[in-house]
Amino acid sequence: MQKTVAFTLNGKKVSVEMEQSKTLLWVLRTHFELTGTKYGCGEGYCGACTVLIDNSAVRSCATTIGEVAGKSVVTIEGLADGDKLHPVQQAFVDHDALQCGYCTPGMIMNAVGLLNDISDPSREDIISGMEDNLCRCGAHNRILDAIEDAASAMKNSGN
Amino acid sequence: MDELKEYQEFINGSDFRSGLKRRDFMRLMGGGLFVFFHAGAVIEALASEGDQRRQLPDDFNAFLRIHEDGKVSCYTGKIEMGQGVVTGLAMMLADELDVAFESVLMVMGDTDLCPWDMGTFGSLSTRMFGPSMLAAAAKARTVLLEMASEELDVELDYLEVNEGVVFNRRNKSENISYQQLTEGKKIVRVLDKEAKVKDYSKYKIMGTPKMRVDSVEKVTGKAKYSGDLRMPGMLYARILRPPSHAAKLVSVDTSEAEKVEGVQIVKDNDLVAALHKDPEMAEKARQLFKANFEVEEEKDVNNSNVFSYLLDRAPNGNVNIDEGNLDSGRNESAIIFENEFHDGYVAHSPMEPHTAMAHFDGDKMTVYAGTQTPFPAQSNIARTLGMDEEKVRVIPPYLGGGFGGKSAHQQAVEAARLAKLTGKPVMVDWNREEEFFYDTFRPAAVVKINSGIDDDGKIKFWDYHVYYAGDRGGETMYNVPHQKRTVYGRGWTAPGVHPFPTGAWRGPGNSTNTFAREVQVDIMAAKAGMDPVEFRLKNLTDQRAIDVLEAVAEMADWKPAKSHSGRGYGVAIGADAGTYVAHIAKVDVDSKTGEVKVLKVWVAQEMGFCVNPQGATIQMEGCINMGMGYALKEVVDFEGGQVNTKNFDTYQIPRFSWIPEMETKILDRHTPPQGGGEPAIVCMGAVIANAIYDQTGARLLEMAMTPKRVLEALKKV
Ligand code: FES
Ligand code: FES
Repeated sequence: MQKTVAFTLNGKKVSVEMEQSKTLLWVLRTHFELTGTKYGCGEGYCGACTVLIDNSAVRSCATTIGEVAGKSVVTIEGLADGDKLHPVQQAFVDHDALQCGYCTPGMIMNAVGLLNDISDPSREDIISGMEDNLCRCGAHNRILDAIEDAASAMKNSGN
Repeated sequence: MDELKEYQEFINGSDFRSGLKRRDFMRLMGGGLFVFFHAGAVIEALASEGDQRRQLPDDFNAFLRIHEDGKVSCYTGKIEMGQGVVTGLAMMLADELDVAFESVLMVMGDTDLCPWDMGTFGSLSTRMFGPSMLAAAAKARTVLLEMASEELDVELDYLEVNEGVVFNRRNKSENISYQQLTEGKKIVRVLDKEAKVKDYSKYKIMGTPKMRVDSVEKVTGKAKYSGDLRMPGMLYARILRPPSHAAKLVSVDTSEAEKVEGVQIVKDNDLVAALHKDPEMAEKARQLFKANFEVEEEKDVNNSNVFSYLLDRAPNGNVNIDEGNLDSGRNESAIIFENEFHDGYVAHSPMEPHTAMAHFDGDKMTVYAGTQTPFPAQSNIARTLGMDEEKVRVIPPYLGGGFGGKSAHQQAVEAARLAKLTGKPVMVDWNREEEFFYDTFRPAAVVKINSGIDDDGKIKFWDYHVYYAGDRGGETMYNVPHQKRTVYGRGWTAPGVHPFPTGAWRGPGNSTNTFAREVQVDIMAAKAGMDPVEFRLKNLTDQRAIDVLEAVAEMADWKPAKSHSGRGYGVAIGADAGTYVAHIAKVDVDSKTGEVKVLKVWVAQEMGFCVNPQGATIQMEGCINMGMGYALKEVVDFEGGQVNTKNFDTYQIPRFSWIPEMETKILDRHTPPQGGGEPAIVCMGAVIANAIYDQTGARLLEMAMTPKRVLEALKKV
């Protein structure tokens, strides 16, 4: 059944009229044309589609639009503050923590979610928090370094 | 589509057509200085690729242009797939021409803008294309200097260039820029013979680490991959797929699917698709197809019998090397070794599945496709649709990983067919199951080696047989007086034998060959009671191999010991794409579970002159990383032409917790640059297998070295 779903998307109030069972990933990519959120597996195994819902990292391919009613959704497009990159984005750039870049938005969103949960993570915390995000190009160690750096940058700036 | 628009604007909206001769390109282009050139890569690729070949347009496959505004661009049919080639090539061009790195633009892969090219694979971009491009740049620089000499009335010998400005060394106020020199002119040159390039020691940009140029776009989600393109009226296609590669469609009932609101159904022989502006609705309609497939004959092969199946069907062998006399070698040997090595099918599984968006305006077909082979895709589309090649344009946006798997471009043909049939823009974006089903897997392969050593630990003979992997990396590497190498099957395809298509996979064939050779060598070293590094050095005469091996031993602070020492250190060497590598790995095997944890990997690489140390290092890390997968975990589950592996729950690619600490080193050389995208992957199987042996005494002769196989090998100790 079509229903109106109102939620906050990248800081703006939005509402859509559609079936509650629509997949958030595809609604973001088609209806909102926010294509930074990627399809990788469609079944929750790869993390390419990760977004923040109320500050927690969630797989948008395994989330329905109905589930985000009244919540706040942030995608990779909504992370930077204008031209100023989010510390995690900046750390990915500084560490060359990407190759093809296809996994990158999901990696970054998952890392932001992780740092929201644990502000001072150990290397092990980061590894286990990132474990289910896949990267075929093999940027893993640089991604871990980037997240470590971002964590300390955020702590220092009291962010 | 920003980046596409941007470079189209950059070239002043020139109206190009594909398949052009040089004079046509010239007619259509604006002003500036042009140097047309031909990179050797094409010839080599043509020789190896078989049916995809087509005539080279005229005598060039790339050109560079000094624009009237002083910017420099290079047009090539190669593409960027994450390996950083765009950065490396731009560095080379800027350095040879003495212009700022920022003023260089690489225009890659667009079949309307760029001259024909076979495709991007085999680490050929830097190794083969790079030197030709440098020579073209050198030629351009010479032409510009000659012009400047005339304009300034200063002898050539006194001229120098800095950031695109030519000046008199003795009086810097006498200067003129490339821009001023080319303004309002159209100067065309062809690189006829080797132009003299700078001495390696003179390069300022090359050889210094440069971060990739596309990071910001990629971390902000702005970078557009094929699936991110949008056009008004665009439909998503969900295509009916067979249950097996052996299945043929007999009939399909689409009546239920047609009831889905807003759906459009296409039936064109074997191509049956549900199209909808909403991808989830298209999928819903696809689920409603009732299809009858017929399997005439399913191949009787699966994961458990694959190697005997393949050997039973082995084609005739080609002898690629036959030196000395194997019988004499046997007689001279004190110990003889005979082993058979197995390597299973492996998927490319890039994170971005094959995707293409096509639109047809009634006359011209434009296809945006994530592909390593835009020009062959253009030919295929034209042939399939019965169109002229000039009427088909393929544009490669960002590619979400290729690794050889996106040399196949079936999705681009599908999108083009559907766009023509519906008259609407069509997106074909495979899901993960389709990606696994149509992956051109790295072929399963067998290597048999018979070899012997004398009392002194010298290898006396080497009788090498490789089935289905091809000859890349099959070189003996060691100094062996009596040797023979027989190759069964050509390259990585064996039509009619494998139950599904196979293809090139990062460093094609080499990982299989290097695994077999380096484990065999390790077995001999252990039997000879010698340290594996010492044994290798004793049998090597190739200085480049010796250099990397000595370098890596030093990096890892190698302490000689006879294997198995219980420590868990392995070593292996290899060569690929003109580059030499040596690896050492330290592992920890859990003898209860059979899990292998790789703790650290050291790699020394000699790749000639290294254009971009940062890019090369990242490629080495990527290779170590990706190599962990095929070495330890990646197994395609199949039954004849049915691919049971459908997603990442069962297909295990490397994850954060597996990744070892890495230490890499690139040896400093002033010899021509060699390939860097693949070499460091080829040793990963052998170095891990040898480390497992060193810790436990268990020999693994089959990849992937899954916990189950490790436990089986441990039982035999
Ligand atoms: S696409 Fe959502 S987890 Fe892979
Ligand atoms: S950078 Fe390519 S998949 Fe991670």
